[in-house]
Amino acid sequence: MSGADDAVLELRAVHRTHGAGPAAVHALRGVSLVVRPGELVAVMGPSGSGKSTLLALAGGLDRPSGGEVRVEGQPLGALDRRGLAQLRRRRIGYIFQQLNLLGSLSALENVALPLELDGTSGRQARALAMAALTEVGLPALGDRFPDQLSGGQQQRVAIARALVGERRLVLADEPTGALDSQTGEAVLHLLRRRIDAGAAGVLVTHEARHAGWADRVVFLRDGVLVDTTAPLGSAEQLLSGSDR
Amino acid sequence: MSIRHGLLALLERGQMYGYQLRAAFEESTGSTWPLNIGQVYTTLSRLERDGLVRPLPESEAGQRPYEITDAGRADLALWFATPISRTDRPRDELAIKLALALTTPGVDVRAVVQAQRSATMRALQELTRLKYGSERPEDLPWRLVLDSMVFQAEAEVRWLDHCETSLVRHQPSGPAPPPAPRAGDADARDAARWAGEEARR
Repeated sequence: MSGADDAVLELRAVHRTHGAGPAAVHALRGVSLVVRPGELVAVMGPSGSGKSTLLALAGGLDRPSGGEVRVEGQPLGALDRRGLAQLRRRRIGYIFQQLNLLGSLSALENVALPLELDGTSGRQARALAMAALTEVGLPALGDRFPDQLSGGQQQRVAIARALVGERRLVLADEPTGALDSQTGEAVLHLLRRRIDAGAAGVLVTHEARHAGWADRVVFLRDGVLVDTTAPLGSAEQLLSGSDR
Repeated sequence: MSIRHGLLALLERGQMYGYQLRAAFEESTGSTWPLNIGQVYTTLSRLERDGLVRPLPESEAGQRPYEITDAGRADLALWFATPISRTDRPRDELAIKLALALTTPGVDVRAVVQAQRSATMRALQELTRLKYGSERPEDLPWRLVLDSMVFQAEAEVRWLDHCETSLVRHQPSGPAPPPAPRAGDADARDAARWAGEEARR
């Protein structure tokens, strides 16, 4: 049986243990999670609860000790290193607090880089990169270098790089970092728009205000998913409820 | 905040009658604070009694508009100039509930914390969705009201996180100990446990 035929991301009873014996650290203990197209799931929990481990496993940056991770139905465990690298470049976008933009490349070249590494022709990669920069509101700044951009603009370039091409799964780890609240909100707005256009996303955050952008919030504690928010109701319910 | 000052602020824009005031009040608070017409008229008659508004002659349709007086303007200016005191707000039922949960035998406090966090987080998601749908420039007053609710919900979640961390520190394992006979003993026991925890770090 599978209730997750259309899932972009599926974690099935995933375990991740670091080390062995009495010193073993159980970072994740039997986590199952399904994320479908058009859905943004926020993961919240205290430090050390396993949030970042979950994201690393979902993005194929780490392998589980037990259980299975699937991206668009493809079990990541069945891929060799090359196949995994290819899937990461083509299908998964990462947005991290550290932007990792290359200072010697322009904004446009930074965004086009993953496509070019994947064999897309230079001209096509640049066209797709320009479309992604336009999507994040920076169509005119493609030839600027990272140190010529503000923090918020650099974050937008990093998002454009995560969204460029046909990436269906967007993974974000505290993506608003040290940005001020307005700029941080603009970043989440962009993420939300891409999800609404059919991608799937996982957002790891300790900020409730950011998790508010998600369709579902799951809570991790000591490597276990302990709770999830109920499906969203109507706005009218909320407003009449707030007046109690 | 009082309905009284809300109505005075609306009348500062120009004269209005009861139903207009009600509609304008709800519009400016994004319907987060529904008023019934009875509340509007009761408040207007108190404002009139205190000399802060005055009734004007009825229109042909039988509607009686009100206008703000100079005393009303002064009262309104004072309201805008005076910060809201936190002690004027209602007591926080949640804080009281958690404090009681901690001292009531058989209550799983972490479960109480998590149930509340989940519910508050859900409200936050819905508020965010409302904000996402209100992006026209003329929606700004409404967005600011929503922002206020968002930040309050966020603060509540942060406080709940803080409560949970404190619980973990004070109850590293097992169920809560039985209540101590006297507050002084409980304080001493907590202090000793705290010191032990700190020493182990």
